[in-house]
Amino acid sequence: MTMAPHSSTVYEGGFSDPVGASQAVFRALMNAIARPGSIHAVPHVTTPPAPLMASASALIATLADADTPVWLDPALTKTAAVRDWIVFHTGAPVTDQRSEASFALVAAPQNLSALNGFALGSQEFPDRSTSVILQVSTLTGGTRLTLEGPGIKGQSSLAPDPMPQHFAAQWMANRAVFPRGIDLILAAPGSVAAMPRSTRLIRSEA
Amino acid sequence: MNAPDTQTQNLASYNFAYLDEQTKRMIRRAILKGIAIPGYQVPFASREMPMPYGWGTGGVQVTAAIIGRDDVLKVIDQGADDTTNAVSIRAFFAKTAGVATTTSTPDASIIQTRHRIPETPLHAGQVLVYQVPIPEPLRFLEPRETETRKMHALEEYGLMHVKLYEDIARNGRIATTYAYPVKVEGRYVMDPSPTPKFDNPKMHQSEALQLFGAGREKRIYAIPPHTDVVSLDFEDHPFEIQHFDQPCALCGGEQVYLDEVVLDDHGGRMFVCSDTHHCESRRADGHRGALLGDEPGQDKEAMA
Amino acid sequence: MYVAVKGGEAAIANAHRLLAARRRGDAQVPGLTLEQIAGQLSLAVDRVMGEGSLYDPELAALAIKQARGDLIEAVFLLRAYRTTLPRFGHSEPIDTGEMIVERRISAIYKDLPGGQLLGPTFDYTHRLLDPALAGDAPLEAPETGVDTGEKVTRVSDILGDEGLIEDDPVTDSKRPVADITRTPMEFPMQRDARLQTLARGDEGFLLALAYSTQRGYARSHPFAGEIRIGEVDVEVMIPELGFAVVIGRVKLTECQMVNQFQGSAKTPPQFTRGYGLVFGQAERKAMAMSLCDRALRAAELGEDITAPAQDEEFVLSHCDNVQSTGFVEHLKLPHYVDFQAELDLVRRMRAEHFASAAKADDETDVAKEAAE
Repeated sequence: MTMAPHSSTVYEGGFSDPVGASQAVFRALMNAIARPGSIHAVPHVTTPPAPLMASASALIATLADADTPVWLDPALTKTAAVRDWIVFHTGAPVTDQRSEASFALVAAPQNLSALNGFALGSQEFPDRSTSVILQVSTLTGGTRLTLEGPGIKGQSSLAPDPMPQHFAAQWMANRAVFPRGIDLILAAPGSVAAMPRSTRLIRSEA
Repeated sequence: MNAPDTQTQNLASYNFAYLDEQTKRMIRRAILKGIAIPGYQVPFASREMPMPYGWGTGGVQVTAAIIGRDDVLKVIDQGADDTTNAVSIRAFFAKTAGVATTTSTPDASIIQTRHRIPETPLHAGQVLVYQVPIPEPLRFLEPRETETRKMHALEEYGLMHVKLYEDIARNGRIATTYAYPVKVEGRYVMDPSPTPKFDNPKMHQSEALQLFGAGREKRIYAIPPHTDVVSLDFEDHPFEIQHFDQPCALCGGEQVYLDEVVLDDHGGRMFVCSDTHHCESRRADGHRGALLGDEPGQDKEAMA
Repeated sequence: MYVAVKGGEAAIANAHRLLAARRRGDAQVPGLTLEQIAGQLSLAVDRVMGEGSLYDPELAALAIKQARGDLIEAVFLLRAYRTTLPRFGHSEPIDTGEMIVERRISAIYKDLPGGQLLGPTFDYTHRLLDPALAGDAPLEAPETGVDTGEKVTRVSDILGDEGLIEDDPVTDSKRPVADITRTPMEFPMQRDARLQTLARGDEGFLLALAYSTQRGYARSHPFAGEIRIGEVDVEVMIPELGFAVVIGRVKLTECQMVNQFQGSAKTPPQFTRGYGLVFGQAERKAMAMSLCDRALRAAELGEDITAPAQDEEFVLSHCDNVQSTGFVEHLKLPHYVDFQAELDLVRRMRAEHFASAAKADDETDVAKEAAE
């Protein structure tokens, strides 16, 4: 059997300290989800092939494995490198069905059409839903989102960019099917923030 | 000395915090889902742990999945750091994860607990991990998982209200004193684990993240910080917590949960803080209860 | 003055030292070796492997020694070890039709291809204590047969050829096989997950339930179609090679129960199956498992669910002895915080009760006086 030729980046750039790195990344993410709108540093522990961002790749390497199908947006499937890196370093199967994905990785959120194509879980098992990781270039420089809900004392805010089209309306639709729905993880260079499905978006006077 | 044979060497090699990384990932995913859906019980593939089911395996798995090398761990059982099972679980993590442990509530980054919430208010960044025996608040009203799952899905909690109301009809009050059901963020009815209802108000709008692990029943659930946690009640029978008629006999503390200690076989008894750290730190600050010995500030227990 | 009881850590350490000494017993007597346990208490080892879900006689023997012969404790030790093992893959389905049988009996045919083979059984022994076994007298070597190469056809296949027994219930072959060690229970449970759960279920619990079906609580008219004990190859598919290779052999006990079924509008009358498969020589367990499996197929076969053995949630949620022993024994842990809460409530309610009783008494007295 011959191996398909690969650039070396596919086999490199994984965790060098899998136990410590995944724990540190997980805690950052856990705190981000527990306190929606708060921004947490993600240690630089992975070096993935472009256009996958280091923070997003650290998150997927922390969360995904053979039990969790991963969906990649078109920006990430242009070349095989990202897919191969994820498969090699996590063992996760890559799926082209959004509704089957445990995790979705999105490098170009502005092109993401609809959030409701992902698994939303069922009323009995709302946990059987997709966690969507959006790669953003900033968490503070975009359009300001005002957030309320569990984990937030009063209100909090985030200003991620880029974001999916008509995000406010899409998020309200997501919130409306609670406890079903997707959870959103925002991976920026060196940091992470989150909007779990319980978070309400407050229309802010721009 | 015998050289250890290969088998003992193999058996002795466990991962950081005991669990293998794949198991941790699975538990971490469940924790994140739990936080995203406050009060919903996430099924997870609980593992056999080296302590029996029912002895904190759920809490231990949650702690093992979140703990890192820099964490400082506190473990309490019945509010006390020195109860045998708390000692055993603390020693387990000291050994398998090499983390620092403490009995001080403010100094801990992770607190694993059975049956109590510390008296000292928790602060942001802390995680409180509960050991849960029966996570399903409706279980004793409806033993079937298929049925209770439907009730949660439909938000059909009438049965619980009927049960509480029958209590009132029979006893003139709600006779549930611990594991008193709460509603989380207006959606899921949740079992707070068998903490006395005295502790229920501490869950409401807590600064800390609260995680619940039920190992035998294979469920994880969570309450994020700053989340509404309301004890179920009726307008004419509002929820109320226990009140003790006397202060702690050792530290004089009031508005705390007390344990009754039987002193002799002539009916002599006293009431002392169940939260040992709270009691000790009050005494260190010079507070003195009626039955505390003569030397102020001396910690008598150290000599026992 | 009050001095609190402390020193839990030292007490635990001391208790465990005492445990180690009690486990060792009289130091004048040689310690048991794992070979002795695995070789001479082999049915205990088999039970521990089965309920511990790990085929490793040496480790099971170690667990039994460490547990002082408490088999449920030994099962627990083995499970806790098993769960930490890395998972390299899964085997191909084993083929019990190819089993090298040491024992094979059928209660429904007098003779059949492959014959009746009693093997090492307690059946037909007279249960008289044998004082000779207190010593270590030399033993007459047993007679062993020669492998004739004759295929030992499964009885269910003989019945199946005539259409007298239902086909094995088909499961969707595209669906990955359930793994109860990696996914939480979900009801209704598919048969693969159910059989896994029963296979590691407690022998005593399943035995009692199986017995209850014979006494009318979901009677299934069972016949022991076949019980076979022997070794089968375990094969693993190697993707690089493109074929499966044998990685070892395990000893198994398989029981196929043949049960009456009236038939329905859709199916002609035929026999139905209950299935049991357990690690090692564990005949009682395999038989109990097959009766429970059959009882739990009630919904699938359109039978009324009236008895405990047919109640899937009841049986499968409570058959694991590691879970049940843990939760029953957790009652030993301190519960004084909750007990305090109950004490307080009971005292208050008693006080109210006596107060209102006294008040009622007073009122009656007043009423009496008024009447006089």
